[in-house]
Amino acid sequence: MSIVFEGAGLTVDTPDGSRVVLAPTTLELAEHRIAVVGANGSGKSTLARMINGLVAPSAGRVLVDGFDPARDGREVRRRVGFCFTDPAAQLVMPTCAEDIELSLRRTVKDAHLRRQRALQVLERHGLVDHADASVHTLSGGQKQLLALAGVLAVEPSVVIADEPTTLLDLANTRRIGDLLLGLEQQLVLVTHDLDLAARCDRGIVVADARVVYDGPAAAAVDHYVASVPA
Amino acid sequence: MSTPLLLGVYQPGSTVLHRLPVWVKVLSLGALSLTIVLVRDVRAAVGFLALALVLAAIGKVALRTLARSTRGILVIAVIASALQWWAAGPDKAAETLLDLISLALLALTVTATTLVNAILDSLIRGIGPLRRVGVDPERVALTIGLAIQAIPGTVALALETRDAARARGLGSHPRAYLTPFVIRVVARAHETGDALAARGIGDD
Ligand SMILES: Nc1ncnc2c1ncn2[C@@H]1O[C@H](COP(=O)(O)OP(=O)(O)OP(=O)(O)O)[C@@H](O)[C@H]1O
Ligand SMILES: [Mg+2]
Repeated sequence: MSIVFEGAGLTVDTPDGSRVVLAPTTLELAEHRIAVVGANGSGKSTLARMINGLVAPSAGRVLVDGFDPARDGREVRRRVGFCFTDPAAQLVMPTCAEDIELSLRRTVKDAHLRRQRALQVLERHGLVDHADASVHTLSGGQKQLLALAGVLAVEPSVVIADEPTTLLDLANTRRIGDLLLGLEQQLVLVTHDLDLAARCDRGIVVADARVVYDGPAAAAVDHYVASVPA
Repeated sequence: MSTPLLLGVYQPGSTVLHRLPVWVKVLSLGALSLTIVLVRDVRAAVGFLALALVLAAIGKVALRTLARSTRGILVIAVIASALQWWAAGPDKAAETLLDLISLALLALTVTATTLVNAILDSLIRGIGPLRRVGVDPERVALTIGLAIQAIPGTVALALETRDAARARGLGSHPRAYLTPFVIRVVARAHETGDALAARGIGDD
């Protein structure tokens, strides 16, 4: 899968002048696991969201497998899965199985088959015992696991995760982190968990709306840490 | 957080109500609800409540779910009937109380014996013919499903916002929690919209 940023940037008009959210950025993301780190408000989410068209660049463009998310949204969303920080916003059906079924609606038209596929997905992630349980009764870690299962159910070729472990405890951070880093799919991981970031194949540091470092993940983490005053 | 409202939680089973076609259940629920609202009589209200209880029993709706879900509704029903007492007397008050409980029980029985996805599928089929006049049945069904599902989440946000206001000692002033509550609901709606778009739901 190739993800290419061709001078993609975002400037927005605000009541007190225009504001650069992400300066024009040129990148090619081809590595298996890519970490994006940086301070709050630096522009990481904006960069990640441009890959699946949730944010459209105001300048330049992004190409995913040759498709422009701003124009061929459907083709891009079929290839790119997106995992958010708060699973509560992602889980939209009452029960676990039904939420997975919602993901599968697009690809599996037969209702009976869809239910079976959903149960298989839950089985794979150790959630099958909760198939008919309310999503509200799950723990935070189980909710995020379910949200991720819903994303993976449709077999995307890239997974973008925007701070997927920020709300989780240590054990669940490890569990979700290991799951993400172990995926065969390409992964773009925005995170404040520097241990997780360092385990990736490439690291990108964003500061003040710009990519300020791009290289091996461990070196990127060092660069970010060094940039924060003690 | 404890779940304040257990709306739309399916309880697997094989009772007559579980096996009934979805459209029969949804249409009966609509017809019965309308009758309950239109028939203005205390004795009828007692009858409707009995009917609702019998139906819940036939669907083997768990007592625990019933008790937990009706607790929240009871509060609303009691307030509404207190207002009625003041405005129209004890008969009206009793009728309002009984009617509201019956309506809630019936809705709960349908959702406990029917998967939301099945309701969506049935709706899509039902309003399918409207496709010709430009209605997208998938989208309509999804909107209704989302509205059902949004209720417990919104109640949870309301409780969290109230607690946050109390923790800051702002509990007594409605503005202290209403403004942040509205902002949080809108923010949550945005996030959910993004999540749906990212999952490609509504793409086709
Ligand atoms: N459409 C917009 N209009 C105005 N400001 C925006 C817009 N989108 C983002 N911003 C601002 O731009 C900055 C960068 O946002 P972004 O969400 O990309 O940051 P981030 O690096 O993900 O931060 P965090 O670590 O807090 O998630 C933030 O200050 C944000 O408020
Ligand atoms: Mg962010």
